[in-house]
Amino acid sequence: MTGKPKDLINSIDFTPPEKPWDDVDADLSSGRFCYPTKKKNLEYLGMPTTTKDEWSPADEEWPLPDNWQEIIYEGFKDRLEKYRSLKVFMDICVRCGACADKCHFFIGTGDPKNMPVLRAELLRSVYRKDFTTAGKILGRLAGARPLTKDVIKEWFSYFYQCSECRRCSVYCPYGIDTAEVTMMARELLSLLGLNINWVLEPAANCFRTGNHLGIQPHAFKEMVEFFCDDIEEVTGKRINPSFNRKGAEILFITPSGDVFADPGTYTFMGYLMLFEHIGLDYTLSTYASEGGNFGLFTSSDMMKRLNAKMYAEAKRLGVKWILGGECGHMWRVINQYMDTMNGPTDFMELPVNPITGTRFENAASTKMVHITEFTADLIRNDKLKLDPSRNDKFKVTFHDSCNPARAMGLFEEPRYVLNSVCNNFYDMPESTIREHTFCCGSGSGLNTEEIMDLRLRGGLPRANAVKHVHDKYGVNMLACICAIDRAVFPPLMEYWVPEVGTTGIHELVGNALVMDGEIERTTNLRFEPLTDEETEE
Amino acid sequence: MNAAYLYSLIAVVVLGLIAYAGVEAAGLDGLFGLVIPYVALLIFIIGFANRMLDWARSAVPFRIPTTSGQQKSLPWIKHAKLDNPTTTGGVIGRMLLEVLLFRSLFMNNRVGFRQVGDSQRIAYKWVIWLWLFGILFHYSFLTVVIRHLRFFMEPTPLLISGLERVDGMLQVGLPGLFISGVVLFAAATMLLLRRIVLPRLRYISMPADYFPLLLIIGIAVTGLFMRYYTKVDISRIKELTMGLATFRPAIPEGEIGGLFYVHLFFVLLLLAYIPFSKLMHMGGVFLSPTRNMANNSRIKRHINPWNHPVKTHTYEEYEDDFREKMIEAGLPVEKEPK
Repeated sequence: MTGKPKDLINSIDFTPPEKPWDDVDADLSSGRFCYPTKKKNLEYLGMPTTTKDEWSPADEEWPLPDNWQEIIYEGFKDRLEKYRSLKVFMDICVRCGACADKCHFFIGTGDPKNMPVLRAELLRSVYRKDFTTAGKILGRLAGARPLTKDVIKEWFSYFYQCSECRRCSVYCPYGIDTAEVTMMARELLSLLGLNINWVLEPAANCFRTGNHLGIQPHAFKEMVEFFCDDIEEVTGKRINPSFNRKGAEILFITPSGDVFADPGTYTFMGYLMLFEHIGLDYTLSTYASEGGNFGLFTSSDMMKRLNAKMYAEAKRLGVKWILGGECGHMWRVINQYMDTMNGPTDFMELPVNPITGTRFENAASTKMVHITEFTADLIRNDKLKLDPSRNDKFKVTFHDSCNPARAMGLFEEPRYVLNSVCNNFYDMPESTIREHTFCCGSGSGLNTEEIMDLRLRGGLPRANAVKHVHDKYGVNMLACICAIDRAVFPPLMEYWVPEVGTTGIHELVGNALVMDGEIERTTNLRFEPLTDEETEE
Repeated sequence: MNAAYLYSLIAVVVLGLIAYAGVEAAGLDGLFGLVIPYVALLIFIIGFANRMLDWARSAVPFRIPTTSGQQKSLPWIKHAKLDNPTTTGGVIGRMLLEVLLFRSLFMNNRVGFRQVGDSQRIAYKWVIWLWLFGILFHYSFLTVVIRHLRFFMEPTPLLISGLERVDGMLQVGLPGLFISGVVLFAAATMLLLRRIVLPRLRYISMPADYFPLLLIIGIAVTGLFMRYYTKVDISRIKELTMGLATFRPAIPEGEIGGLFYVHLFFVLLLLAYIPFSKLMHMGGVFLSPTRNMANNSRIKRHINPWNHPVKTHTYEEYEDDFREKMIEAGLPVEKEPK
């Protein structure tokens, strides 16, 4: 069990062990691994399964198929041809060590195999043995090692201790991206039926119901209508969003996490209020009711299978373009994969903001615009009446989510919106924001209860920076543009900086937005009084 | 592998002794002076080209640049054209800064803890050493290599003699001290010491990390020795190297000395070793998809050469699963139930 924060941080030790890393077995004791996928999810998605229905990574003998070595070898070979990134990254690392202390999991655990360089070596050592001349001849002397079951266990452990955040890649002189290595390793493990349930269950849900949480169409509609009740109570305005409506101009897609749980729900309410206020001709879809994509954490094929719904639904409904909500990895998929996988998008038009007339040339091909780009454009063109003082009880800082930061470069849009909707905004230190931002500690499908200790450790660098601005400026609210963040930060902050809450940007927009014909607001979207003083009275 | 550097050191010393004994004791001047140079060069050229082609053969299915600056979005938001390029020009600029100035390494910082009350806090410190040693090492090596081209050209091009003048501007000693040789030795030694002394770096280092460094230190040491202490006969060496360069290989009359052959052998070993080692980063850096691609996949569709169809869950299948519930909830459906 995780002890007090003070004891945890004081216990972190960066000194490497005596034994060389390839003689140290992975720790697969309880609490150190994610639960493997339930067989029903693998079968539903048509993926390889293990040979036993019920098993645990703590078991001595793993239920691998007889020809598991051959499967990995062939899978590796195939991917070396399909991905230049993999081949180049396997070959050119000079082990300069620049990445070593850039990983939040290394900083939080001190485990040397969480240094990006060693995480990649876990795969590289096998690559050298099977695919390089030097490795075949010189063996261990050339850094090669044979693929054993212990290596598979080690992969399972450490490639599910990487959140694919890409921070190491920024510091690497060759841009070697551990996310890419981890993605390949996870694909290889998947070939043996080895995945984690916290990734595959949402993926299976999403395949069937359209969203990770498995919310069925009628329930999705009900939940959104429930938000509308709350909005009505706060603002006096009734909103009736449309669902699966053909002929709408815009399809709005956002992560289902925000439909399901606080504080993401308030962000969802913010969207609805914004769209209502500007009179946007948009529709929500119950079929494409998920912005996120846990396929990204499984395999490129699974990512494509889940992502296909967005364009398919846009086509079916005949919308002109798609607007996407606040979500981290969703935007990596949209920016770097979607159009390539599931395009072309010739059935849609170049996105134009119907209120301001702004043409989103940067989305000319994907036809999908980020909500903070959209809102920033509205604010810039003075189309919103905002009362930032309604957020005055919040001293806000902003967490750049890994993917919008390092797989997109969305830095100024969210900050512009934040600065417009609240009066007290303070950035965290430079080495922890923008392209240097730290992961929440639970990205890429690691947001699962059984590894809470690991998550608190992985989230430490982020929490440490929040604590810094909390102490210095009294920051009490951490804003983010990611649904996973909104699920991860409440427990993370509760542990490390309990005075700080979590919000999405559009929750703050919803608070500040002065809607036509609204009643005088006395509470924010959380039904809390607008200022703390009122509570004291 | 804590003894990794010892293995590598032993390997380099033994290889040096082989060359020395080969020439001094066994009289194999022809082997070390004429045959091995061509063999090594061939291995280098073919091996290098092979490696590059092998990388190039692999597909680049997705546009995956690591973005380190503001994306190009709304016109009033300042776009980081180099750190988040959308054009080929931007990519070239980003790559040049990386390749010529080692920009990523320049940003390097170190994580440490500082005590606040009874608890630690994480702190980051900008560290310059890796960048400094790295850049000194690479540029001094480059200078040394260019200077040595004089051994393969007659007359010596102005550019090279000009570089020599700059390199020797300290005007210390006779023959004049070249800064590059000394810096190469010092920087390579610092890079080596870093690996041996810093516990984390020692933990990740393999023989393949120590060996090339030691080999290069060996090259530098034998070179410095020849120039400043044993004073080899440069004209004979040039006779040998010009013979090699003009494909009229011959061992010149008179003594050149075992030390020169050790120096030459180390250089050739390094050359032949490059294609099979991490030293291929010199070519690979240009092929790294996270750095050599523009972040423009929302603007322009990137094509995946192996983009294959996958099984999706179509809307029709979805509606079949949930039609009754959808109708009951007042959601529009494509097909009315029978």
